[in-house]
Amino acid sequence: MAFKRLSDEQLVELVEAAIFVSEKPLSKRRLQETVLQDFNISAKRLTQAMDSLVEHYSTRGVQLVEVASGYRFQAGPSLAEPLSKLWPEKAVKYSRATIETLALIAYRQPITRGEIEQVRGVAVSSNIMKSLLEREWITVVGQKDVPGKPALYATTKQFLDYFSLSGLEQLPNLPEQQDVKLEQILSDPSVREPS
Amino acid sequence: MSNSAPLAFLHGEAVLEKPEDLYIPPDALKVILESFEGPLDLLLYLIKRHKLDILQLPIHSITKQYVSYVELMKDLQLELAGEYLVMAALLAQIKSRMLLPTHEELEEEADPRAELVKRLQEYEQFKTAAETLKEQPHVGKDFFIANAEYVDNALDEEKLPDLSLKDLVLAFGQVMARVKTLAHHQISSEVLSTRERMSRILRHLSENNGPCAFVTLFDFTEGRQGVVVTFIAMLELIKEQLVTFTQITPQSEIYLSLKLQE
Repeated sequence: MAFKRLSDEQLVELVEAAIFVSEKPLSKRRLQETVLQDFNISAKRLTQAMDSLVEHYSTRGVQLVEVASGYRFQAGPSLAEPLSKLWPEKAVKYSRATIETLALIAYRQPITRGEIEQVRGVAVSSNIMKSLLEREWITVVGQKDVPGKPALYATTKQFLDYFSLSGLEQLPNLPEQQDVKLEQILSDPSVREPS
Repeated sequence: MSNSAPLAFLHGEAVLEKPEDLYIPPDALKVILESFEGPLDLLLYLIKRHKLDILQLPIHSITKQYVSYVELMKDLQLELAGEYLVMAALLAQIKSRMLLPTHEELEEEADPRAELVKRLQEYEQFKTAAETLKEQPHVGKDFFIANAEYVDNALDEEKLPDLSLKDLVLAFGQVMARVKTLAHHQISSEVLSTRERMSRILRHLSENNGPCAFVTLFDFTEGRQGVVVTFIAMLELIKEQLVTFTQITPQSEIYLSLKLQE
């Protein structure tokens, strides 16, 4: 099969245009599958093109950023405050229950609903699970091989996209549990009930 | 400092006493109900309020305060999740176990508070993690995604080639002209259904196992109405991409055939 040819400049233009008009972030793979399918572009060439685009936009009002789902243009944190005036409506506030549930899934995935409830000490409302699923921040990745075969949940790429992250490892570290020498402290006679 | 559990938080300050005979509006009830996420949350609060370490967990006073909160909810006739009551029972159990005299031989027995302490630590870890996550830079506050405004960029559906359609109409004109001279009778109205005609054409094409000449698909004895319905049926089939028509040269015969489904 004969491939059409694309110069480096044309490649950069094409990729730039594709990411710009796409509604969702575009990964390198998706680019190869769609806009670049008629051209035989090596992975190396594509990476070079992406790098030069990222470089080019690094000084602009919008940057080209790689998030979990792929590349997208976004206005960075430095301009966020004045830009936010474009949307006077307050953003949705997520309840503590929702964020706690989300945090558990993010850090403990894959995890079942029962395991989430175990840590939180209360039942997780179906509404919370539903809204997280609808928002496509979590998804079912399988079933736990225990009686009842409960669904196992994990976070999605869109979850990472929301925080402009490209991988789970970029999430802030879990706070350390209080360093415990549990046995020692509990056996310490000076630790007593106030009388 | 009062020892009772807070009723609610008003402007960040804990409200501790329930005013007597006060009508509590539903919004306030909501505040009360949402103050704590659950028994672990409440316990953590009670412990920290006394500037105590989870690890020390003075069971007696904590249990007392916890129970008074549960009682308060009952007084206000607010429904508490069942887990609160389960926790109350657990606290009572722990308390009673701690009151039992310790036996030297049984020193291996775990501190009854240990399990609860572990749970509290774990919950606190994720409560903090959640708060941190909430503060993380995110889209809509720190980032705004840019792209071209979404318009319907879907490719235009394949249109029928204009020229060929004109040829089809011209061919039909010729058919009509012949009908006028050949018509024997007008067919009754029940037979004039387009859908039925479409099925008929499709059957004819599949039976023929190959392209059919345009004119052969018409029954001239049906008169003008019948012929018109046939033509409309053909157009419909073409539009629905069930049949296709070909013409070698603009003046030559038109052929219809079943469109192969991809």
